[in-house]
Amino acid sequence: MASHLNVDTPGEELIPEQAAAPPKKSVQMPVGVPDYTLTSETRQVPASEPPVWPINKDLKCVGQSTERYDGAAKVTGRARYTSDVQLPGMLYAKFVDASIPHGKVVSIDTSAAEKYPGVRSVHVIQQVLGPAVLRDPKLEQVKYPVVRFAGQPVAAVAAVTPDAAEEAAKLVKVRYDAMPFVVDIDKARASDAPQVFPGPADEAGSAGGGGGPSDVPQTGNVHGPSVHRVGQVEQGFKEADVVVEGHYITQVQTHSALETHGVVADWKPEMLTVWASTQGTASVREELAGFFHIPLTQVRVITEFMGGGFGAKFGAGNPGVVAAALSRKAGAPVRLMLDREEEHLSVGNRPSSDQRLRIGAKQDGTITAIQLISYGTAGCGTGAGCSGPAANLYKSASLHTEENDVFINAGPATAMRAPGHPQGAFALEQTMDELAVKLNMDPIDLRDKTDPHPVRRVERQIVRGSDLWKSRNPTAAASPGPVKRGVGLAQSVWYRFVSMGSAAEVRVHRDGSLEVISAVQDIGSGIKTVMAQILAEQFGVPPAQVAVKIGDTNYPEGPNSGGSVTTLSLTPAVRDAAWQASQKFLADIAPALGASPGDLVLVDGEVRSQSGKMQPLSFRRAAAKMSSAQITAQAKRVPDYAPHKYLTYGGVDVAEVEVDTEVGRIRVTRVLSVHDCGRPMNPTQVISQINGGITQGMSYTLFENRLLDPEYGLMVNPDLEQYKIAGAREIPDIDVRLVEAYLGQSSTDASGIGEAAGVVSIGAAIGNAVYNAIGVRIRQTPMTPAVVLAALRTAAQRREIA
Amino acid sequence: MNRFVLADCTSVDAALSQLHDGAVVKAGGVDLLDRMKDGIEEPPKLVNIRNIAELRGIHETDHGLTIGPLATLAEISEHPAIRSQYQILSDACGHAATPHIRNMATVGGNLLQRIQCWYYRSADFQCLRKGKDFCFAFGGLNQYHAIMDYGSCPAVAPSSAAVALLGLNSSVELTSAKRGKRTVGIRELYVVPDANPTKFTVIEPDELLTAIVVPRPTPGTRSAYQKYGEKESFDWAIADAGVVLEMDGNVCRRAVITMGAASPVVRRSAQAEAALAGQPITEETARAAGRASVEGALPLSMNAYKVDLFPVAVYRTILLAAGQRDRDPSAAG
Repeated sequence: MASHLNVDTPGEELIPEQAAAPPKKSVQMPVGVPDYTLTSETRQVPASEPPVWPINKDLKCVGQSTERYDGAAKVTGRARYTSDVQLPGMLYAKFVDASIPHGKVVSIDTSAAEKYPGVRSVHVIQQVLGPAVLRDPKLEQVKYPVVRFAGQPVAAVAAVTPDAAEEAAKLVKVRYDAMPFVVDIDKARASDAPQVFPGPADEAGSAGGGGGPSDVPQTGNVHGPSVHRVGQVEQGFKEADVVVEGHYITQVQTHSALETHGVVADWKPEMLTVWASTQGTASVREELAGFFHIPLTQVRVITEFMGGGFGAKFGAGNPGVVAAALSRKAGAPVRLMLDREEEHLSVGNRPSSDQRLRIGAKQDGTITAIQLISYGTAGCGTGAGCSGPAANLYKSASLHTEENDVFINAGPATAMRAPGHPQGAFALEQTMDELAVKLNMDPIDLRDKTDPHPVRRVERQIVRGSDLWKSRNPTAAASPGPVKRGVGLAQSVWYRFVSMGSAAEVRVHRDGSLEVISAVQDIGSGIKTVMAQILAEQFGVPPAQVAVKIGDTNYPEGPNSGGSVTTLSLTPAVRDAAWQASQKFLADIAPALGASPGDLVLVDGEVRSQSGKMQPLSFRRAAAKMSSAQITAQAKRVPDYAPHKYLTYGGVDVAEVEVDTEVGRIRVTRVLSVHDCGRPMNPTQVISQINGGITQGMSYTLFENRLLDPEYGLMVNPDLEQYKIAGAREIPDIDVRLVEAYLGQSSTDASGIGEAAGVVSIGAAIGNAVYNAIGVRIRQTPMTPAVVLAALRTAAQRREIA
Repeated sequence: MNRFVLADCTSVDAALSQLHDGAVVKAGGVDLLDRMKDGIEEPPKLVNIRNIAELRGIHETDHGLTIGPLATLAEISEHPAIRSQYQILSDACGHAATPHIRNMATVGGNLLQRIQCWYYRSADFQCLRKGKDFCFAFGGLNQYHAIMDYGSCPAVAPSSAAVALLGLNSSVELTSAKRGKRTVGIRELYVVPDANPTKFTVIEPDELLTAIVVPRPTPGTRSAYQKYGEKESFDWAIADAGVVLEMDGNVCRRAVITMGAASPVVRRSAQAEAALAGQPITEETARAAGRASVEGALPLSMNAYKVDLFPVAVYRTILLAAGQRDRDPSAAG
């Protein structure tokens, strides 16, 4: 997602299609937070929409914590992920990756590899997907793609065993004409730095967002600035009683999903079938059809189970197109899964940031100006903008942001869970905390003053009343002894995007079984379970009675899972289809029951007559009376009922830390996470996502770091041993308080949670807690012992000088 | 990974007869297989000693302990006699790596694992320790590297068990088919880079580590080991300390202070030991010993913080050994 989100007008791709206006009806919908702000609002909705659902406590199945649809399959190992797919005659492929960070490929000799026993096909890559593309391609007249980062795929080999593929890949001889390179963002900004691109270059976003603006200047490696102004910041700072400013630096984080990128591609003359570890079956199909110039009808993409995706798994990418090409050449299915090193190097990351942020405010907390100048590197791609929080979290009389991408010779960034937002919030929310200190205001009071969002207000109220927040000592560095305790909070923001390409079909069978199908993939957040719950709610049967079939482009189109769109986009289509199928079903069986359709309802596994004219009949026995074998209904996403209202959501996260000031170690001991996501469809699954967001964000804040050797341009920690990720012992007690926040937007009124889920705000919450603990602000991530000890030493030296 | 012959042996004699022509010993395989997968070693033959019963077990003798090299870290850390009389050793073995690695990794393998340095561990960097003439760490990324005694290579000693066994004045028994047995002290087991950069231990290619001998501590001895990392789960030490105190009431008659992640081979700190000898154990004397432990430290471009960390690791571990402090929650694992 672009970091400047004008939330009054959703993104272009996501604008509802303008069809002939269907007949409307007027309905009353619950809006607000039960026990706090619940009210009702009128909506004009298409007449075909199902009746309005009440709030969760009055529903039977939706809104309840239903067991995960495929939980048993996953924990017993029955679930078949892409990396588990085995086809008869399947070959194993291995990339040949560039060994240098920058250079032209002079020649590629594949003859020895082709002769290696067991090798069936060798492919030389002519187009690398991912990096930014030159605006003027004529600036580079080359036979093979220029290598812009170590680990860039150059060729690939498919063989009958993984060993043979690996051995043969080593035999591909690539000759390079090495060029000067730069992997350090500060050095890359210098005017005499080696140029990553010979001219302006841009990276478009994927279906999951990411990418950067293409309408900005480029000077050397600096792509930008992208400037955004609201009002006059100069005037705003003049009017301010206090100004706080800080310089914040965040590192590059790699995605490190458990399942690496990969596909099994089976190219047959009539159909290319691809099993993909993807966040978007539709996006993979589109890219493959476009790349190979074949119709969409000849590409089928399947994702039965998905081993994690945080924004880097959209489209076929290099693994997808290369596996398909190898399969076509070999006439056999080809499996191409990346190894962990390739996963770190070549398939995306969260860009770094170097932010100078200033906030001006009145004595009462009113913000008069926010100014952010940021640089960040997305490697040989773009998308390091991070002004989203500064632009969207608080009310400010004026705003000025300038975002710059700095090219270095490293793998291109991709969208990563709330692109730009963890970086931006790290600076913004620590600066707000500093402002509160300077104004001698409580951090919650300050936000009540500057953040009018009604749901955030409720969330802050919950935080204010919590034991954790009450245990906070407002005086920083108050604990005695070397180990100091602190508590801090930060807020997150994310946006409401709707993917209109969301459809589902519901089928009722004569044996009483129900199924729901859609091409949507479950990236782990649990959409299958939610789909079963919706049918169960509509038909009055247990969720276990519903068969959910997804992850196949042969099914009705589903949304790509990025931008937190899946649940909010798809579930209304599922409910509408379920509602329509249930009405067709009742109409169909009514004559056989001697009842009128309007008198029949589906409750507790039975068909009942509201008037009592008929004895209740079990759903199964009623289905046996269907006039045909199957009743189906397909529905597509109806546009949001109130498309210009309630366009952001988020949460407030509180962290408790212990800082050992002698060893520089930060332990996050407790987290309170208060979040909203419209109607929570399955609270357990929502909480699970927030647990994941907190964990991932904490890991980013304290541990993870992609380290590139400056002299050689190679990553020195391309594994999960020295690329440090939080493990079981690092996970704090996480207390999630889910806030039901009804918006009156659709037939399910669901929203998304993936990106707002703590990952945005936990870094700043930890930073603020650390400040509260030790009285020193850590403005850099990861906050390792080296960083913490250096900050303490600098602060001590300053005190001595003073 | 290269192709290799696997020779599965069930006796020491059978294993020794296999040790020629570049064959290497595999016990738990934890470190060796990593090196092979990373492409920095390509042995033609692995001699699997995992199933040699005579190399297992922990035996209490009149003089102390004899530990079979195949004893796992988990077995050592849970052994009742070790927990009560050799606490430094149960601490060290119980806090290495992760529970699942401790269940698989042998103490022999832990002692003989190679140095920690990402340049050494990457096939992309042909360094001094791989027979070339250049060290990448001095001018490169060295935040986890050595601060003392490093000479031409600042990689760090990886073995927690070695820090404990050096503290306990232990030795290892090496056996060869031709020359029989010899005994080597823990410190003498390791070769410093300046002596021979490609030889990590004194073990000859035809030798097998067949026993670890730990003398019984004198009565009144107290000991402890603590390891500090960037995180608790599955991390290497950025600082660690082994402490053995021979006590006379509250006065320390003699102290042994050992450190792992400070230098390329495990070291004793004579300065820290001298600071404690004849002194009562107090926070003050413990801190003095901690400061003494980094005398002469010469940090690299990115690891000055380790010079701050080791004194803390040493003083807190002294107090833990002396029973004046609980195990440190900031210590990893």
